Amino acid sequence: MPGLVAAVMAALLCPAPAVAAEQALRLAITTSFRDSGLADHLLPEFERRNNTRVHMVAVGSGMALEIARRGDVDVLVAHAPEEELRFMAEGWGHLREPIMYNYFLLLGPGLRQPDAISALRHVAASSMTFVSRGDDSGTHKKEISLWQQAGISPQGNAWYLSVGQGMAATLRLADQKGAVVLSDSGTWLALKDGLRLGVMVRDDELLKNTYHIIVVNPERHPHANHEGALKFLGYLRSKSGQDMISSYRVAGQQAFYAMDGQ
Amino acid sequence: MNFLHDVLAEAFWLIVSFDPELLFITWTSLGMALASTVLATCMGVPFSLFFFFGRWPGKGLVQALLNVMMAVPTVVIGLLLYGVLSRSGPLGELDLLYTRTAIVLGQTMLILPIVCNLSISVISHANPGIVYSCRLLGADRLQQAAVLLHEVRYGLGVAVITAFGRAISEVGIAMLVGGNIEGVTRTLTTAIVMDTSRGEIELAAALGVILLLIAFAVTFSLQALRGRNPLL
Repeated sequence: MPGLVAAVMAALLCPAPAVAAEQALRLAITTSFRDSGLADHLLPEFERRNNTRVHMVAVGSGMALEIARRGDVDVLVAHAPEEELRFMAEGWGHLREPIMYNYFLLLGPGLRQPDAISALRHVAASSMTFVSRGDDSGTHKKEISLWQQAGISPQGNAWYLSVGQGMAATLRLADQKGAVVLSDSGTWLALKDGLRLGVMVRDDELLKNTYHIIVVNPERHPHANHEGALKFLGYLRSKSGQDMISSYRVAGQQAFYAMDGQ
Repeated sequence: MNFLHDVLAEAFWLIVSFDPELLFITWTSLGMALASTVLATCMGVPFSLFFFFGRWPGKGLVQALLNVMMAVPTVVIGLLLYGVLSRSGPLGELDLLYTRTAIVLGQTMLILPIVCNLSISVISHANPGIVYSCRLLGADRLQQAAVLLHEVRYGLGVAVITAFGRAISEVGIAMLVGGNIEGVTRTLTTAIVMDTSRGEIELAAALGVILLLIAFAVTFSLQALRGRNPLL
């Protein structure tokens, strides 16, 4: 028995000595960044160039900002502009830069609508079922602000379902219910072949979805890998980083646009 | 029917292809569940002997607490441990968040009440004549305990298997304090949650099949340790 204990403890404590040797960069990203496959496209090159390891935690934008506030990551990528600005105003961030954008889509069984606001008014007026992420993610926050701009408060209506799940699960649920749903384009491109949902609104400037990188303030969290975080920001903002973002394809289509020309 | 077929085919291909990532997460899950089971057993069994032999007030309260702790959701333990291990938490300096050690700590907290409770139960239900005879033959407390443990070893085996099953199947702790980091803290269960949220339902279910196979293998080998053919 003592032999087994020793073996188990040994297996537990030294499986990855290479990781413990240097300080890995701790990164929080939004789930859409990971689930679209973009993170796997961008990170290995960064790790190779800088001979470092990135420990990536994929969570919703709200959670990403929260764990950064607590000092548990060195750098984060989010798409919840209002919350990010509050994070910066409170002094938790050192730098915040845009790295890419794409567009949200309104999907559903209905006909094409000219823009997001009239589509939402149509949904409310005809009591079409609407499925909301309801999970405080960047997509959910965008949806809330769209309802506000349309002057409608959907909560409490029988046609408004808040499901508290990730994007893919929410899309499947909306598909089963024949409901209207707000989706990021990456997840939609990856899943659309199996779904009956159609596009109701696209390419509306109101639906623009910008991703920012934020480097945690080293004065608040002196233990943070600040140097690594700055390198990562430089990598994503560099010409080659931006090219890698715009050349990335999901199901043959461009999923993210670089910030060139902004 | 189609779904089941797809899942089993996917699981089969994952296993025969010896996918390095699959091997890694399987090994991680197995290693951490074994480590926390060993830790919880080393603490829980002595505690239950202490509980059984000891004469002290408040035993009923401890028993009640142990019962309540068996019902604590894994995600609550995960949240608690996250608050403690986070950089802003009391033990933040240790830099344990998002490591395997953190997951093992959490799993040990999860299964310790199971080991204690079940051990206390089997020890209390052992034939009272055993301890009495030992005492008559002049055995000291330690010798009495050894005889008693030997007598209830099969019952203790059940406690250990139950605890292991709980540890390897939990996901709340591994997700919150492990972070599902690829190549570091990704386990079978966190990968299942991730693949489900990505919409990779068949892959997620196939990982579930593999988790079941491991649970089978471990349970069978523990039964074999009893010196019996597990198939009979």
